[in-house]
Amino acid sequence: MQLSISVTQAAFDLAVEEARLAAEAGDAGAVVAFVGRVRGQDGPVALASLFLEHYPGVTESEIARIAGEAAARWPLLACRVVHRVGHLLPGEGIVLVLMASSHRQAAFCAAEFLMDYLKTQAPFWKRECFVDGSQHWVEAKATDDDACLRWS
Amino acid sequence: MILVRYFGVLKDKLGLEQERLDWPGGTTRDLLTLLRARGGDWEQGLAPGQVFRLVVNQAIVRGDAEIPADAEVGILPPVTGG
Repeated sequence: MQLSISVTQAAFDLAVEEARLAAEAGDAGAVVAFVGRVRGQDGPVALASLFLEHYPGVTESEIARIAGEAAARWPLLACRVVHRVGHLLPGEGIVLVLMASSHRQAAFCAAEFLMDYLKTQAPFWKRECFVDGSQHWVEAKATDDDACLRWS
Repeated sequence: MILVRYFGVLKDKLGLEQERLDWPGGTTRDLLTLLRARGGDWEQGLAPGQVFRLVVNQAIVRGDAEIPADAEVGILPPVTGG
């Protein structure tokens, strides 16, 4: 499996990333794309921006480990992961996962598996900044842990 | 000496991003015990449910692991990426 991981402050372009994946994947009959975006309203007060912190070096190797587990479970041809850090505005993409395989089932399953593990294992932390000036670190969700358990 | 780095909510709870500590040798569990013994925010902020994992020299530790001299140790609160 061809693997590309990028942790960056820059916005991503789905079409550009998909073209790169296609060039790496060879004869892929299936490409699944997941884009996670910043929601503007997660509570009573609207969100002004999101700040994402990570652990440089550790983040990339942890995503590579998770992608390696996905490759051990499903016949994948290529995988691209882009995860943004720094300040993001509502509507902007946070995370992009692209999976390529010969047939659709492997790409669908592997994309979902990678997202479930990325959310619960990779060292990223979100801080929400609201329009009223308040801000707080997002707490981990038990539902994300539950989503992971179904793969074990 | 070891370098201890704090991330996410822990930086705010503990009021610092990193510190250098004299290290007589020991494991990740020993380090947490030593830091929790500072009491107050340290005891609360580093309570078992508040710490997700430790990282020793860029490698995520699962379970207890030896911390060598001059190591960089990261203390990670529960993660919220994606």
